[in-house]
Amino acid sequence: MRHIISVLLENEAGALSRVAGLFSARGYNIESLTVAPTEDATLSRMTLVTTGDEAIIEQITKQLNKLVDVVKLVDLSEGAHIERELMMIKVRADQAMRDELKRLADIFRGNIIDVTDVSYTIEMTGDGAKLDAFIRVLDPDLIIETVRSGPLGIARGGKRLAI
Amino acid sequence: MELSGAEIVVQALKDEGVEYVWGYPGGAVLHIYDAVFKQDSVRHILVRHEQAATHAADGYARATGKVGVVLVTSGPGATNAVTGIATAYMDSIPMVVLTGQVPTPVIGSDAFQEVDTVGITRPCVKHNFLVKRVEDLADTIKKAFYIAASGRPGPVVVDIPKDVTDPNIRIPYRYPDTVEMRSYNPVEKGHLGQIRKAVEMMIEAERPVIYTGGGVVLGEASAELTELVRTTGFPITETLMGLGAFPSSDPLFIGMLGMHGTYEANMAMHETDVLIAIGARFDDRVTGKIAHFCPNAKIIHIDVDPASISKTVRVDVPIVGQVKSVLADMLRVLRDNTRRPDPSRIAAWWDRINGWRKLDCLRYEQGSDAIKPQYAVETLYKVTRDDDFYLTSDVGQHQMFAAQFYPFEKPRRWINSGGLGTMGFGLPAAMGVQQAFPDATVACVTGEASIQMCIQELATCKQYSLPIKVVLLNNGYMGMVRQWQEFFYDGRYSHSYVDALPDFKMLAESFGHVGMRIDRPGDLEAAYREAFGMKDRMVFMDIIVDPAENVYPMIEAGKGHHEMHLSPHLSSDRELA
Ligand SMILES: Cc1cc2nc3c(=O)[nH]c(=O)nc-3n(C[C@H](O)[C@H](O)[C@H](O)COP(=O)(O)OP(=O)(O)OC[C@H]3O[C@@H](n4cnc5c(N)ncnc54)[C@H](O)[C@@H]3O)c2cc1C
Ligand SMILES: Cc1ncc(C[n+]2csc(CCOP(=O)(O)OP(=O)(O)O)c2C)c(N)n1
Ligand SMILES: [Mg+2]
Repeated sequence: MRHIISVLLENEAGALSRVAGLFSARGYNIESLTVAPTEDATLSRMTLVTTGDEAIIEQITKQLNKLVDVVKLVDLSEGAHIERELMMIKVRADQAMRDELKRLADIFRGNIIDVTDVSYTIEMTGDGAKLDAFIRVLDPDLIIETVRSGPLGIARGGKRLAI
Repeated sequence: MELSGAEIVVQALKDEGVEYVWGYPGGAVLHIYDAVFKQDSVRHILVRHEQAATHAADGYARATGKVGVVLVTSGPGATNAVTGIATAYMDSIPMVVLTGQVPTPVIGSDAFQEVDTVGITRPCVKHNFLVKRVEDLADTIKKAFYIAASGRPGPVVVDIPKDVTDPNIRIPYRYPDTVEMRSYNPVEKGHLGQIRKAVEMMIEAERPVIYTGGGVVLGEASAELTELVRTTGFPITETLMGLGAFPSSDPLFIGMLGMHGTYEANMAMHETDVLIAIGARFDDRVTGKIAHFCPNAKIIHIDVDPASISKTVRVDVPIVGQVKSVLADMLRVLRDNTRRPDPSRIAAWWDRINGWRKLDCLRYEQGSDAIKPQYAVETLYKVTRDDDFYLTSDVGQHQMFAAQFYPFEKPRRWINSGGLGTMGFGLPAAMGVQQAFPDATVACVTGEASIQMCIQELATCKQYSLPIKVVLLNNGYMGMVRQWQEFFYDGRYSHSYVDALPDFKMLAESFGHVGMRIDRPGDLEAAYREAFGMKDRMVFMDIIVDPAENVYPMIEAGKGHHEMHLSPHLSSDRELA
């Protein structure tokens, strides 16, 4: 099963490599991992997506908690939560294609954030499935480059992950 | 008080109450060595190889329960220490390893003797630090000791760049009294509801087994464990790491379990209906094939590390906490409960176990020719049983024979590398033990292959006058490897014969020790008595033993507890299950 886990960790050099090292050393799957500082500069928040059966996910959360740099974590998949991922996609945009690309971007609520003679760069957020869908509707030959952040997650309602 | 970084390192060790540091100098730690030179409250022991420094500190930690401390230089000093760090990590031994590092401005430039020590050691430490500012040094060392010793213990590496120890940069020094870490809060007390549930289960049990491990030794819970076993009258079996936590001579002890455990312990595991696991981690050498492990049992598991629980075997009643505190609570709950385990049921269970015991699975025959390794260990026990005795071990058959045939009565007396199985561990570990207890009798049981992995430490033993007794069970083979090749590779002994052996007697003498060579069973006891009589000399006993002897019982990897190979000495038609 797919799980999305949010981790608060000490904002220290090496903390990220401890988490990455744990996953490779123990052979756990890791689909995506994003990390950035939080409003409290001493803490980073990491979101990682992994897969495994119940026993493996239990070990993953225990092993993560055991890392001295990990302050707190929550398996968001255990409750109602929202996921968003950011994608920037650069596409070939000659004169003939421009209107169509703009229309598609609008349908998916994307924004064109860079324009040149030959290209558009479209910014889009959504869950992974939506971003996949957008890629599918584009002619693959048009795509110059895509970059995705991996999902971020947050619990619905008043709950929060904080110390 | 204004101190340089180098002085802070040494002063922090003093403030931490450190008696000994095992180490080896080099460029990156020269400032620290200069500070070591200028004082005499922290004693530095100069080893001959950094691996030995880590094993010695580890042996000291296992015997005393205190944190072992190591000081090595950057690059090769640090990499040589890695085997010992990993050894300590696998057996949860508290240790602080201070490694020198190249100066901060050149980190990452492939500078002379630079390795990424924090990166290399990350997977085999409880935690590690790179100290980039002298202002952080005292706090970091304090944290390192706290993390190493608390919760589930383990090694902590503190990597210190040379410029951080600059003798010309002096800052005010204060060693913190306490540590606050929001991200690290080891559990102390177990959940009372869970403990009650466990006690109910124990009272209902028909065929209970108490299975204990290194956690009881590490957690200083022998007294509580002994009381629990004697109050309930349940059979107890211990892992290799748990030996001595409960007195081995007590008839409630049914021997070690697992791959080379006793028939009765493994059969009891196979039939138990309530397994009480205490400070043990369901290692694969213990469980054998998981699908066959304790097929009929409800499992209670007490462990300080939540990640140990349900890692390999699913348990029914997890209890996270310090074993000493949990067992104390368990005893209280048991005492307050008006119900008791039904004595007739437990007696019936003991009848069954005693039936298995009658097989006498460790039986061997000592003829008049070759010395049997089992006999060598039994005779060692006979000669040292009344001493204040510590036994360290290397890795192989001799380790298993020692575990099977030396009955340990107290915890911390049996010191061996279980999780990593590190050949070369025994001699340096004995140095750490002897340093901690100068008046105790310390012996190292070893093999002719293992001893050669840290043989250079004979010089250290000479320099510091450590009267360790080396008991070399010389079978001319990497016996444990040879045994597997005999069983599973049709006797193709690929590279397991240890050729070109030195004359160990002369070798020991050349280091300034007493050397002995014993090859007749009739001479053994007198030789031991002579050797152990030399209280202030190191004696190296090269005991020539039967090269063909195997360790029995044996459970093949991937088999169940009821599928043991038994010694051919035992009646072969005995059904096993
Ligand atoms: C050649 C060879 C053969 C071997 N054969 C066998 C064999 O036949 N049988 C056998 O048993 N082993 C054998 N071993 C050893 C085996 O590999 C493991 O090292 C051993 O079984 C692990 O012991 P343990 O479960 O007691 O765990 P340990 O490694 O001692 O772990 C201790 C456990 O207790 C917990 N703990 C620590 N401190 C506390 C505390 N204060 N409170 C609560 N919990 C705590 C830890 O979290 C951990 O889970 C062999 C090793 C070698 C090298
Ligand atoms: C450093 C290291 N290398 C290899 C091994 C694999 N190994 C386990 S036991 C053993 C043989 C040990 O031989 P010896 O020390 O003579 O002991 P014996 O089994 O003969 O008693 C070997 C090679 C190991 N445990 N450690
Ligand atoms: Mg040998």
